[in-house]
Amino acid sequence: MQKNNSNDCTCNTSVDVEPVYSHRVGEIVKAKKMTENEKFFEIRLEDGNPLGHQPGQFAQFSILGIGEAPISISSSPTKEERNHFEICVRNTGAFTNALHKLDVGDKIGVRGPFGKGFPIEELKGNDLLFVAGGLGIVPLRSLINFVIDRRRDFGKVTVLLGCKAPKDRLFKEEVTRWEKMADIGYACTVDKADPDWKGNVGVITSLLPGADIDVNKTYAVVVGPPIMYKFVIAELVKKGLADNQIILSLERRMKCGLGKCGHCQINHLYVCKDGPTFKYSEIKGLEEAL
Amino acid sequence: MRYGYLNKADFKKFVEGLIKKQKVVAPVKKENQFVFAQVEDASQVSLDYIPTILPPKKYFMPQHQKLGDFNMGEAKMSSTQVDVEPLILFGVRTCDIEGIECLDVALNDSPADPYFAKKKKSIIIIGYECMKPCDEYATCVAMDTHVPKAGYDIMLTDAGDKYIVHINSMAGDKLIGKSPLFGKTTAELEGKIKAELKALQEAKLKNFDNKLDAGYKELRRVFKDSYSSKFWQENVGKRCLSCGNCTAVCPTCYCFDIYDTVTLDVTKGTRNRVWDSCQLEEFAEVAGGESFREERSARQRHRYHRKFDYSVKKYNKFFCVGCGRCTRTCMAKISLIDTVNELTKEHKDAKK
Repeated sequence: MQKNNSNDCTCNTSVDVEPVYSHRVGEIVKAKKMTENEKFFEIRLEDGNPLGHQPGQFAQFSILGIGEAPISISSSPTKEERNHFEICVRNTGAFTNALHKLDVGDKIGVRGPFGKGFPIEELKGNDLLFVAGGLGIVPLRSLINFVIDRRRDFGKVTVLLGCKAPKDRLFKEEVTRWEKMADIGYACTVDKADPDWKGNVGVITSLLPGADIDVNKTYAVVVGPPIMYKFVIAELVKKGLADNQIILSLERRMKCGLGKCGHCQINHLYVCKDGPTFKYSEIKGLEEAL
Repeated sequence: MRYGYLNKADFKKFVEGLIKKQKVVAPVKKENQFVFAQVEDASQVSLDYIPTILPPKKYFMPQHQKLGDFNMGEAKMSSTQVDVEPLILFGVRTCDIEGIECLDVALNDSPADPYFAKKKKSIIIIGYECMKPCDEYATCVAMDTHVPKAGYDIMLTDAGDKYIVHINSMAGDKLIGKSPLFGKTTAELEGKIKAELKALQEAKLKNFDNKLDAGYKELRRVFKDSYSSKFWQENVGKRCLSCGNCTAVCPTCYCFDIYDTVTLDVTKGTRNRVWDSCQLEEFAEVAGGESFREERSARQRHRYHRKFDYSVKKYNKFFCVGCGRCTRTCMAKISLIDTVNELTKEHKDAKK
């Protein structure tokens, strides 16, 4: 810090600041279109260090000249090769459109991880009911794979997935592996079938009555679009789960990730710092939350 | 010296002494309003002013702040720097000083904003205490910002043919502590000045009205209840034009956006942050277009609650300093006083 109170200089100086908005550089090592609108990327951090995330956290991704956007990490920290991690992105705006144009070998900026991950320590020893709608599978996959890798730390595990149509299903091969695992309960539904679809048809709430859960030791971890939360939460409460046994992850467009810019604010909460994962009891009644 | 007198006859010399030392920014008349701007002559300073169009936050958190440079096609951004310029901010009202304190609390909340911290360190604040209300829009007495408390290096208080000068920091002492303008002070004289200052501050209260119907402590309870008030939709929301003026002029609003600019030949660029406003429709929008504060009423409610409710929960502090700028600037003539008083009335009626 330079400060000058002397008579001869009222100079303007530039000083270094802590680089809170600077990012690390990642190289795309795998890129795959998963559906018409969603693309998968595996990213290797050039500095050789891990991203250091927990399931449920997000990072700010950067394409210089285009901008920055918050994206959930989809891989489990138990899975990542030291400095690799994965994301899956829907093409929905200027930034994600530019991101979709990137391919293996291209570089991207990575700032983070940010936010509060899922409360893993609290989940340990309990039964888990995962409910993912649409893109909700992307952040939830991080936790599901974490649980699979630390399977004996958890009780009964059930995965319920829903999406609009069979062609929208994400991580199909991986999900098929989950389906075959003896220690995982699994069901999937689509809102609208196509002629080849042999599975369930209906919104995701239609899977809930069939889920056999012990309300005394189950946490439901629910990720999906806002409209889904309203119905799924109502159904889970009807089954007897308490508000603090329901965990969600909320989407907002954070600009800073540091609890400052205000874009992700829900009443007095900053989703980037207080979330993005919340217990339903923490946000119940907050009109701007869901 | 902690307390001293400055004769009004010496005011010109005092300010010119400051100008010789450093860049001085002070309230200056601009048409029929006032702005903080650099002064090169003591005669430019207007101490008798209604709050400036923009609060002094522009010196602590400029509207545009560069976060880094880059070359197009590369993924690495330069390390970031911030321009700091030693500055004397002269004639700052106690409401605006409290505004800077609010920014300090919010921006220093971990992880601290390094840009604000560096800027703040390079600015010396010389306050000027109001002895009468500036106009009908200010609510400084209600917000308890009408007397100096903290957040300044030097404070001037009008005491007739002289100013009482209070030096509140080492930086302030370094700047003027040895100035020959103040003569010789003794502990006894300082005690006398302190007593005089206290009497002046007590006496000035009769010039001010508390324009809010809720007391300082009650305000908090009013806003606990006000979230579901119909007043937001039926009154404020219907009138608001969603222009964002109220947040731009607010001394405690600090929300921002981050954007990149690229040179015309698309070879280089900068990443920047810029003041943003929660009153704009797209502020709380997410990818795909869903907005979590779609209605103007919800956005205005958010603004008021950030001043009177959320900030209290988070920092135990009101983020309204009573300067009245939001009311003065509102194109739809939405008045903070009327809004708060209407919500207070509802709160009191509900308790009956």
